[in-house]
Amino acid sequence: MKTCLIVDDSKVIRMVAKKILDELGFGTEEAADGQLALDACKASMPAAVLLDWNMPVMSGIEFLRELRALPNGNDPIVVFCTTENDLDHIQEAMTAGANEYIMKPFDSDIIQAKFQQVGLI
Amino acid sequence: MNPEDFQFISTLIKSRSGLVLTPDKSYLLESRLMPIARKHGHKDLDELIRAVRASKDEALTVEVVEAMTTNESFFFRDIKPFDLLRDHVLPPLMKARAQQKHMKIWCAAASSGQEPYSIAIVLKELAAAQGWRFDIVGTDISHDILDKATSGKYTQFEVQRGMPIQLLLKYFDKKDENWEVKPEIRKMVQYKYFNLLDKLGSLGGFDIVFCRNVLIYFDAETKGKVLEEIAKLMPPDGMLFLGGAETVLGVTDLFKPVPGQRGVYSRA
Repeated sequence: MKTCLIVDDSKVIRMVAKKILDELGFGTEEAADGQLALDACKASMPAAVLLDWNMPVMSGIEFLRELRALPNGNDPIVVFCTTENDLDHIQEAMTAGANEYIMKPFDSDIIQAKFQQVGLI
Repeated sequence: MNPEDFQFISTLIKSRSGLVLTPDKSYLLESRLMPIARKHGHKDLDELIRAVRASKDEALTVEVVEAMTTNESFFFRDIKPFDLLRDHVLPPLMKARAQQKHMKIWCAAASSGQEPYSIAIVLKELAAAQGWRFDIVGTDISHDILDKATSGKYTQFEVQRGMPIQLLLKYFDKKDENWEVKPEIRKMVQYKYFNLLDKLGSLGGFDIVFCRNVLIYFDAETKGKVLEEIAKLMPPDGMLFLGGAETVLGVTDLFKPVPGQRGVYSRA
């Protein structure tokens, strides 16, 4: 079973994402900010990361840059999932090494379609 | 809804669109037709159907049929057919047409345009297709949905249903909170109103036909007739795409499945 790390400071969003990912057959872990997510990745690299942008302590984009600099840090497929929907943010995310980008709000169809595109499903 | 009203509405929809509405799908009537009932001041479905039965209001009848036949669409729906198109279907067809460098593709149920635009993007991304002219024709039975397809405008929610972010950035312009297909892609697709139950000859010939997730709504006889008409429009090496849950087996012997390419059919 592939594991997806859900990184979002909103407990509700994490809960919704977990339910969708459970149904898609993923194991899930959760982190409430970028630093906690980075710690989790250092302990065990997930197959996928569903990543919010704006979070306390460490933002999603900072996490992504740190992740990609880790040994095996290029392994996880990172899908941003954020309210930031302007072209500059999307470009910045892709340049930093994101594989896909979801603009909130999302639903199960969108998560499924995006995960299919990056070969996770 | 009483059985007589259900019979009336299902017969009307079948005769106008070919769609077979079985009693187990009657919940679709509620979800699709209640907005129309409310719009026209009817308190419930029964009242709307009585109004359709009693009046000769063609506009209302068309509105009801269109609401029942319009389906939500995704960009790159199911992904695999578009990979098969690029990697297996196009190369031999392009080789056979290397002189004229021209091909015609028909999306038989274009809906709001996601499938035709996805095909156009596949072709635009294909290095070997540089210098070629591809005419994509998208047809549908709903005028409203064709207007939307022609506009090439999609909400943020819609573009995320299947459009990879890199292709979104490359082939769409962001307009406020919406996304608009760039003119270079829009001009590859022409939309026309067309009912699959009509004679197809007026559409011209096509090298590739996408008729995905349409036949499932038809009865066996209608499926056979539609496939027979489609075959007439295609050259001997023409290729047909059907939905993953659809088949020609037991319906027609004019097409045969291509081994290892699910949903792809060649002329028999």
